[in-house]
Amino acid sequence: MSAAGIIFSNIHDSNISELTRMRTLASVPFGCRYRLIDFPLSNMVNSGITNVNIITHYNYHSLMDHLGSGKDWDLARTRGGIKILPPFISAFANNRNALYETRLEALKSINDAITHITDDYIVMMDCDVICNIDLNDIINDHIKNDADMTIAVKHMNLTPEQARINSLFTSNEKGEIVDIRSYPTDFSGEADVSLNIVVMSRRYITTMVLDAIAHNYVSMNRDVIGRNIGHANFRVYRYDGYFAVISSMLDYFDHSLELIHNEKIREELFETKNRPIYTKVRNSAPAKYSDGANVKNSLIADGCVIDGQVENSILFRGVKVGKKTVVKNSILFQDTFTGDNVSLNYVLTDKDVVIRDGVALSGARSMPIYVAKGRMI
Amino acid sequence: MYKKKECVAMLLAGGQGSRLYSLTETTAKPAVEFGGKYRIIDFPMSNCVNSGIDTVGVLTQYQPLVLNEYIGNGQPWDLDRNTGGVMVLPPYQGKKSSDWYRGTANAIYQNLAFIERYDPDYVLVLSGDHIYKMDYDEMLSAHKRMNADATIAVLEVPLKEASRFGIMNTDEDGRIYEFEEKPKHPKSTKASMGIYIFNRKILADYLRRDEKNPASSNDFGKDIIPAMLNDGCRMFTFPFRGYWKDVGTLSSLWEANMDLLGSEPKFVLHDRDWRIYSRNNAEPPHFVGENAQIKNTIVTEGCKIYGIVENCVLSNGVVVEEGAYVRDSVIMSDARIGRGANVNYSIVGSGTVIGADSTVGKPKDAASGITLLAPGLELEPETIVPDGTMLNAAEH
Repeated sequence: MSAAGIIFSNIHDSNISELTRMRTLASVPFGCRYRLIDFPLSNMVNSGITNVNIITHYNYHSLMDHLGSGKDWDLARTRGGIKILPPFISAFANNRNALYETRLEALKSINDAITHITDDYIVMMDCDVICNIDLNDIINDHIKNDADMTIAVKHMNLTPEQARINSLFTSNEKGEIVDIRSYPTDFSGEADVSLNIVVMSRRYITTMVLDAIAHNYVSMNRDVIGRNIGHANFRVYRYDGYFAVISSMLDYFDHSLELIHNEKIREELFETKNRPIYTKVRNSAPAKYSDGANVKNSLIADGCVIDGQVENSILFRGVKVGKKTVVKNSILFQDTFTGDNVSLNYVLTDKDVVIRDGVALSGARSMPIYVAKGRMI
Repeated sequence: MYKKKECVAMLLAGGQGSRLYSLTETTAKPAVEFGGKYRIIDFPMSNCVNSGIDTVGVLTQYQPLVLNEYIGNGQPWDLDRNTGGVMVLPPYQGKKSSDWYRGTANAIYQNLAFIERYDPDYVLVLSGDHIYKMDYDEMLSAHKRMNADATIAVLEVPLKEASRFGIMNTDEDGRIYEFEEKPKHPKSTKASMGIYIFNRKILADYLRRDEKNPASSNDFGKDIIPAMLNDGCRMFTFPFRGYWKDVGTLSSLWEANMDLLGSEPKFVLHDRDWRIYSRNNAEPPHFVGENAQIKNTIVTEGCKIYGIVENCVLSNGVVVEEGAYVRDSVIMSDARIGRGANVNYSIVGSGTVIGADSTVGKPKDAASGITLLAPGLELEPETIVPDGTMLNAAEH
């Protein structure tokens, strides 16, 4: 048995539009030193999947920069490794040849690449899947049940905002899917939510894509799953580990701070034995605390230099905290510089932000302040 | 076909480092941890790539497993090249003879074949046990400018310490007329840093000649340099102004770590123009707990701090439990300081576990010396380790 991976790097960009203005969802920073794509990539590598296809859409400079040759995930390989699949546009295109919008359309556009895969199984993942999962469990479940498609789900309690951007599955006790609701606008409460981790055999996906091209199908949920429920063997795989859905800026903030407040989540995500999360190595020096440093309940990455007070916060690589500066309940992305006597509370600063001496910014838990990349305040 | 290289670096990394005691019990000295996330060899290796030298032979001999594994294909230092890159060179068995490296010069002699494959004009000889940042390219330019046969990097040392070093006596141009190994009455304060650039052909001649002399100890300082001086070779010093530390002893290793601390540290690692590269372990960012207190300390990935830490250097994966108090210490990777334990003026080897409420060492001002806990020790709760002692795994 061998499996290849397909990762969708842009699929839910609009959920956190502030952070994806200049980058793909895949390259959104998360967890103090990672980018979102590190999670699906590491899960694949840790599950023995070394042939990974990454579908891009637009704005993918930052993603290319992050991935490089793939060596930091051990994916700079002669056989397999990382393959980036930018949008396919024919040279003879006219205005009909627009960029794809749905998952199925994206697959249709990489049909050629799919037909060149020689692995037996294909695992598809999205970039906002923050979890540490052994994909072999799903693949084995898929094989054991001779399924056509297996979709990982987690039983969760959803707010209306979260339901609106997720696919919910109903399945019987045997695990067969009996109903699907995509992006319901009138739902809240408990449901099996799709992790958007999908396993198919190579044969099935090849036929599915050719079929979709022939019939001009556009939606995987509606045209493939919806149409075939009851005929095909579509199954759920029930996952009960940690899984974060990022449906909004607020979700992003909450799930980030959850890493500080919940040791169990931190351990499951980052310290599961033999399943580390890899990221681009930056060779920053270790973090340096001065005599004036006072840090509590925080996650701090390498390269930080801390002269002030930090509480309930996440500092990405290379952040500087000035003298008598107080940072609380905040997330400071890579190379944020705060001067002296700065005060930050519920603030998210993007990369390379400079906060001048004496500036005070205070948001609220329900409304954090976002400072865009490279801004100086 | 090998591509010609202008300069090939040979890094002497076979040192046993016996004065580091249990830290080098199963590890060669260049692989000893330093500065949180580094090992000593990262410094000369990073200096090489930052200076544009992409072909480095690493001569290993003593306990090479950890070192070999660490260097691997050289990828962390960008030394995984199609031609050149890093090559680990252990002693080997030849047709006529097989031999351990008998001295620094002999080690290079045995690997002349490696050097000559790249047909370099110059050979840079480095040692794998010093902490410093240096642009070897500047030294090479000086070497070429002086039309030298050999150039030796030197450091100004205080006169009263000069008798611990190999001292170069030079004329005004920096041309060396005399070399004295550990002189009782030093005439100059220019101490050799063990960094040499030779014209390759001249070096090869002298190494081959030295090898034929059975009385020779096959050492650069004792044999090759004096022989070249005797023959009137053009040998120059290259003055180095910057931080340089030989971390051959426990106290110098401790001091060099402490030199990274303070608001104006003697040795700066946060320098983006001269990064020090190291092999990465894919560990999560470090976490600082609710009741933690960290002052004047260096902390790296994988650490979890719940106790009080002052004036320390913590390597990756170190855990300081609630109520523990660690001061003036160097804690190596994955060590765990138990609840309520008190650690002062110590070096704690990697993977060592200090049981709850133990006391290790004494405050620096009151201590008779540094306390050393060997790697992999497991101290029972409430153990007392007196100041200035060394606790080895086997004895315990």
